[in-house]
Amino acid sequence: MESPAEIVQHTAGGMIGASWLMIAFPLLGAAILLILGRMTNRWGHLLGVAMSLASFVVAVLTFLEIIGLPAEQRRQAVHLYEFIPGMVDMGLLIDPLSISFALLITGVGSLIHIYSIGYMSHDPERRRFFSYLNLFVAAMLLLVLADNYVGLFIGWEGVGLASYLLIGFWQFKPSAAVAAKKAFIVNRVGDFGLLVGMFIILATFHTLTFSELGKQIAEHPPSGGAVTAIGLLLLLGACGKSAQLPLQSWLLDAMEGPTPVSALIHAATMVTAGVYLVVRSGAFFFPPDSTQAIAVSVVGAATLLAGAIIGCAKDDIKKGLAGSTMSQIGYMMLGAGLGPAGYAFAIGHLITHGFFKADLFLGAGSVMHGMNDEVNMRKYGGLRKHMPITFATFFIGYLAIIGFPLLSGYFTKDGIIETAVHHQPILGWLAVLGAGITGFYMSRMVFMTFFGEKRWEKDAHPHESPAVMTWPLMILSIGALFLGGYLILSNRLYFFLSPAVGTAEATPEFDFASTAGLVTLALVAVGAGFAWVRYGRAEVPAVAPRGSFLTTFARRDLYGDALNESLFMRPGQWLTRFAVYFDNRGIDGLVNGLAAGIGGTSGRLRRIQTGFARSYALSILFGAALLAGALLLVGNI
Amino acid sequence: MTTHYLVLSGLLFAIGAMGVLIRRNAIVVFMCVELMLNACNLAFVAFARQNGNLEGQIIAFFVMVVAAAEVVVGLAIIVTIFRTRRSASVDDANLLKY
Amino acid sequence: MGETITFWVLAVVSVGAALGMVFNRKAVYSALMLGTVMLCLAVLYAVQDAPFLAAVQIIVYTGAVMMLFLFVLMLVGVDSSDSLVETLRGQRFWAAIAAVGFAALVILAIGNAVFAKEAGLASAIGQAGYIRSLALLLFTKYVFAFEITSALLITAALGAMVLAHRERLTVRPSQKDLARARFLGERPSPLPGPGTYARSNAIDMPALLPDGSVAESSVNRYIARFDVEQDHLPADPKLAEAIKHRAAVESAEEESK
Repeated sequence: MESPAEIVQHTAGGMIGASWLMIAFPLLGAAILLILGRMTNRWGHLLGVAMSLASFVVAVLTFLEIIGLPAEQRRQAVHLYEFIPGMVDMGLLIDPLSISFALLITGVGSLIHIYSIGYMSHDPERRRFFSYLNLFVAAMLLLVLADNYVGLFIGWEGVGLASYLLIGFWQFKPSAAVAAKKAFIVNRVGDFGLLVGMFIILATFHTLTFSELGKQIAEHPPSGGAVTAIGLLLLLGACGKSAQLPLQSWLLDAMEGPTPVSALIHAATMVTAGVYLVVRSGAFFFPPDSTQAIAVSVVGAATLLAGAIIGCAKDDIKKGLAGSTMSQIGYMMLGAGLGPAGYAFAIGHLITHGFFKADLFLGAGSVMHGMNDEVNMRKYGGLRKHMPITFATFFIGYLAIIGFPLLSGYFTKDGIIETAVHHQPILGWLAVLGAGITGFYMSRMVFMTFFGEKRWEKDAHPHESPAVMTWPLMILSIGALFLGGYLILSNRLYFFLSPAVGTAEATPEFDFASTAGLVTLALVAVGAGFAWVRYGRAEVPAVAPRGSFLTTFARRDLYGDALNESLFMRPGQWLTRFAVYFDNRGIDGLVNGLAAGIGGTSGRLRRIQTGFARSYALSILFGAALLAGALLLVGNI
Repeated sequence: MTTHYLVLSGLLFAIGAMGVLIRRNAIVVFMCVELMLNACNLAFVAFARQNGNLEGQIIAFFVMVVAAAEVVVGLAIIVTIFRTRRSASVDDANLLKY
Repeated sequence: MGETITFWVLAVVSVGAALGMVFNRKAVYSALMLGTVMLCLAVLYAVQDAPFLAAVQIIVYTGAVMMLFLFVLMLVGVDSSDSLVETLRGQRFWAAIAAVGFAALVILAIGNAVFAKEAGLASAIGQAGYIRSLALLLFTKYVFAFEITSALLITAALGAMVLAHRERLTVRPSQKDLARARFLGERPSPLPGPGTYARSNAIDMPALLPDGSVAESSVNRYIARFDVEQDHLPADPKLAEAIKHRAAVESAEEESK
């Protein structure tokens, strides 16, 4: 078991020295598009794509330079400028972990940029959409590339902002505006955890830089309550961003945004930031088998089941995929909680998930594009003949996510399940169960959409999407096909990441014939078969049947919103009502009463002002007499 | 003897003050004010002799001059008010009130 | 001894006169009472070795200020006496309380004070003499205040003129206008004097015309009313009737006002 390699200060120039361009390009794009505004309407989307692609090129070149270095030198810190004098120097940390993320973000991001040209072609605000996308890419890159927690936090908030802007992109829809607000507010809860965690880190270690933290922790291995508190608070932050229980409620509503946004931000990249946070901090604050690490795994396992159950009941194709996203991130968290043994699988699943989930979302977007933006799967059916490319790519994504043997998801998900069964048997078997449910709900989605009878609206004329949309689908589906195997077999990703995250006691071996793996496959097959019986062969009712208690439970998002409402919103409303009441009656009453008292008193007092000079003279004489008496008294004393 | 003069002065002053308070004819009120001024003058003169100092008399002299000036202006005001309001009662000029 | 007697006599007189001034209904009586008080005070000044002030008191106060008061009283109306009904509730009671209380306090204070033997003005006057030393003080130490008072007097005179000045709004009538108005009026000639050919030459006795009839307009209306009110009517019924008639004219005119 080895700790991560030491971070070396990068002095030579080269691509690593210029890696800040990765962030600068999309940031510049966003700035140009936002500042020049309508002037850029004609070519704004092209600039957005170009900036994203430029960032991708920089990422690839940096990646090539990194793998050219010996393993122990693959963690390079690039100093940019002094940010908070004496405390934080802004810099980038280019290491296998961050460059993996950067490649995913810029790669999938660029594909989704290209796809969006077609998807948003009829939207008058396409230029603004691309500026937000660029802003998101820049912020996300800052999040993963920063070499300290402050930079990470800035990126963290930046992606939160971009997410808010993009969920509410169609702000004329009240539901979108509300969903954006909800995402923002729920994320604040997580951000609060992250922020407080950072405070405690600063108070305990007097630094927020990864390299400094690494050195200190290598000298004095951390222990005690402070580290547990830091870990749990960082986990809270991760839960907010990654839509894990109990902060999961915003993700389903976030599907109000345009579909490319759902694909890029709320499936492939941003929501995995929590996993990144846990893995990045893993060597510092999540030692294996510690309370906080187990908490990460428990949260992951709970969320993967919850997401899967929600996914089973949704008729809205995007919400179904959102439930599945929750569930898959739950797998990643489960893996991330297992320490270095699980990191490679978690990150691997994260990357392959980025591909196949983006593929699925963009496929769903393509379906919606052809079906007049209809999202209800009960009004689809039999689309495979009308959208062959979309169907093919969606089907590949589907096979990948349910873990069909030899596809991407099979390797990464089974890797997580096997590791979990090995380290945390209960959570592991729950993950196996979750995989079975995944098989059911994803099959249901495919059968309802592409198979069976046509249940379209009368004015629907399904057609294949333009090439600018199908090409990204094809590229993503290639990733969904082969990437998992490439990363996991012969432990390529494990050895690549090990300088950044450390190594486990025993090098994990992918076992094609493990008990858990076989049981998983069997359960997936059962789930898919059940789905075929219910939705493939049988008629799908156009209106959702009432369903059992369990169905209602899942349709209502496991009563997450109801829970939030009764636990936080209602008491909050009561509190505000009480505060308003107190303000109106108590404080205003006091102030108004005082004012009325003074007014009434002065109204009576002014009656003294009779206008008769003789009355005034009388009071003057009384005053003089009083003065004389007082002087007399004082003189006598 | 000084005590006697001072007591007389105080009595006259109080009587004048009472006159100011109870009379309504502006001219009579004015006369009462003059009486109060004269009472003060008496005290000044008495003190001048008590202390062997002529300055008390000088002050009394100035009081007389100022009182003369005051009477001139005050009576002119009364005449003006009477001309416009046909009344010399101080109670009739009571517009400046709540 | 002489001073003590003078003081007591004048003190009683002046306090009585002051009280009379305050409590007399008629303003002219009040003015006369005030004159009395001022004269008493002038004598008291003289007794207290202040002859200059005594002279000034008589000249300025009794002579000038009191005359001014009387002039204004005539201008405003002698007969307008105060009504005795107090309009302000409790004013008299509280005024009395305050005045008595104030006087009591002042007297208490003076009674408690212990005075040394009077220093007298001899040392202050010295060899220069009374008037000279007074003038010395006035024109050296107090010369600035003296000059200021001169400015004050000029300002007061100007102010009084400005206040009393009445703006003429129409052209002043010429003698011709006045004569025309007289001849156009009811009576071009002056009113007949009273009692000219009568048995009595009193001012309230109407004159008799050469034919023996009574000239009603020869009696002042106010005097006629006074006679009726005081029941001073002559024995001759013809004359008494004329006076009553004249007084009725005055009463009617008063009513119409």
